[in-house]
Amino acid sequence: MSKFKKKKKGLPAISTASLPDIVFMLLFFFMVSTTMRETDLVIKKPVLPSASEVKKLEHKSLVSTIYVGQSKDDRISGDKIQVNDKIIDVKDIPSFIFAERALRKEEEVKFMTTSIKADKGANVGTILDIKEQLRDINALKISFSTTKGSDISTNY
Amino acid sequence: MARRENSEINAGSMADIAFLLLIFFLVTTTMDVDSGIARKLPEKVEDTPEVVIKEKNVLDIVVNRSNQLLVENEFVEVSDIKRLAMDFIDNGGGLSTAKDDKPASPCDYCNGAKDPASSDHPSKAIVSLQSDRGTTYGMYVSIQNEIEAAYNELRNKLALKTYKRSYKDLLDDYKDNGGESLKEKIDFLKDSYPQIISEPEPIK
Repeated sequence: MSKFKKKKKGLPAISTASLPDIVFMLLFFFMVSTTMRETDLVIKKPVLPSASEVKKLEHKSLVSTIYVGQSKDDRISGDKIQVNDKIIDVKDIPSFIFAERALRKEEEVKFMTTSIKADKGANVGTILDIKEQLRDINALKISFSTTKGSDISTNY
Repeated sequence: MARRENSEINAGSMADIAFLLLIFFLVTTTMDVDSGIARKLPEKVEDTPEVVIKEKNVLDIVVNRSNQLLVENEFVEVSDIKRLAMDFIDNGGGLSTAKDDKPASPCDYCNGAKDPASSDHPSKAIVSLQSDRGTTYGMYVSIQNEIEAAYNELRNKLALKTYKRSYKDLLDDYKDNGGESLKEKIDFLKDSYPQIISEPEPIK
């Protein structure tokens, strides 16, 4: 009898030694599976203007981004347009949009939005040219990318 | 000094450290949300029918290459645009356009001055923004923002009056929960103050 009683004494603690392994596994899993689709800018990073009436862009997968800014080389002046890691001409924007459309499902195409990330020092002329090109191919939903802020006097 | 042999390092706090790391990265990782001013471009149509629009129903905003602003031929600052646009849109000095289901009627929700020399009805009020090719983009966005702000405030005022809720509140609610009645309300507000923004060819 006494032998049995001895066994019951003192519950063995649950070993937590493997808990770090589990947590690390989680950490690594999220680190590996999170892909940040970032485009490398070949132009100077555009300084976005700020605005108060901003809307968040829903459905990130349906957004195609056009960057407008100065060239990294100071000797080259004028606005440069960048899509997908390369600088293109205004005339090539339709083909970029068509390429983007080809990646999406047919029924999603009409929800696609073009986000224009332009430097606040860029010329409106360039932006209007882009808008004209987008109009030509019926990519009518656009968004002027801005940062949220109530003070807009820093824009000009 | 007592020397203990084979004493194990306590690994119990290892989990805490790992959790701390996990939470730190979870919190600091921002997936930068892209936000901006949404605009819908006008569709391209082959032969546009001639429309006669009264001069008084158009708010002329002109901006030149030195970022100077003219509203109705008067020199103004960007911060004035919102007030001017609101006064103009909300004026309600005349009748709306007659549609098939309802006849032309005066604007019964407008709080404007009812000035006969300004816009007739919010559904007729056109904001025209003419820019120069050399205007900076920052300026252009600022003006767009102010126009948007004017419309939003007017819709908000009407929402507070009709539904006792703010326009933003309605929009957020619709985004989270959806629902037909909410959509109806939002559509009513949008129809009451429709955004009619025209951008003529830029000055060369």
